[in-house]
Amino acid sequence: MEILIAILLLLASFFTLVSSFGIIRLHDVYMRMHAITKASSLATILFLIALILAQPGWRVVLGSLLLIVFVIATAPVSTHALAKISLQLGIKMAKGEVRNDMKTDENSGIELSDKSSEQESEDA
Amino acid sequence: MEIQSQFLIISIYIAFASLAVAFLAAIFRLFKGPDITDRLIVIDLSASSLIGFIIMVIIVSGETVYLNVALITALVMFMGNIAFARYLKKTLKQ
Repeated sequence: MEILIAILLLLASFFTLVSSFGIIRLHDVYMRMHAITKASSLATILFLIALILAQPGWRVVLGSLLLIVFVIATAPVSTHALAKISLQLGIKMAKGEVRNDMKTDENSGIELSDKSSEQESEDA
Repeated sequence: MEIQSQFLIISIYIAFASLAVAFLAAIFRLFKGPDITDRLIVIDLSASSLIGFIIMVIIVSGETVYLNVALITALVMFMGNIAFARYLKKTLKQ
């Protein structure tokens, strides 16, 4: 049992290191959000599973399951809100961006996409 | 829980060290980040590393009361992110 707890702790610390690497090294606020949200949520879930194995008892199991559900439910919501607001504030993506579905003239892009130019011609 | 195997002790040390590295990386991005949302995503990483610290303390010491602290930390992280996003949206409209 202790070996299993140790392996879970090592995996969780690996994902924590991945998220810290991502927040230092990546180029863009969107990339950083992508790195830290997924990796640190997975690290938290692995820590909680190790806690369930280490301290069994209904109080710990109930609290840990509640925290796992809470982390899974809230981390994408908060990151989505922050990503949307940073697109609306006009924070630019890094240089090699591949696709930006919210590209309009007031967000970040220089060139308009086809859809919005069609809408403009219809309005005219 | 009585911790007996050496492997578990070493992995506990490694977990504490990696959580400290994550917190320092969050502090680095807080000072360096070029935009405001760069500074806002620090809330996310620092709160999850804090939750990790609390869980490691529970594993080592056996005081299971501290799990409530981890729950409240996750709740405050979520509410802080949503509140900052709403606030920035409100400043954007003006």
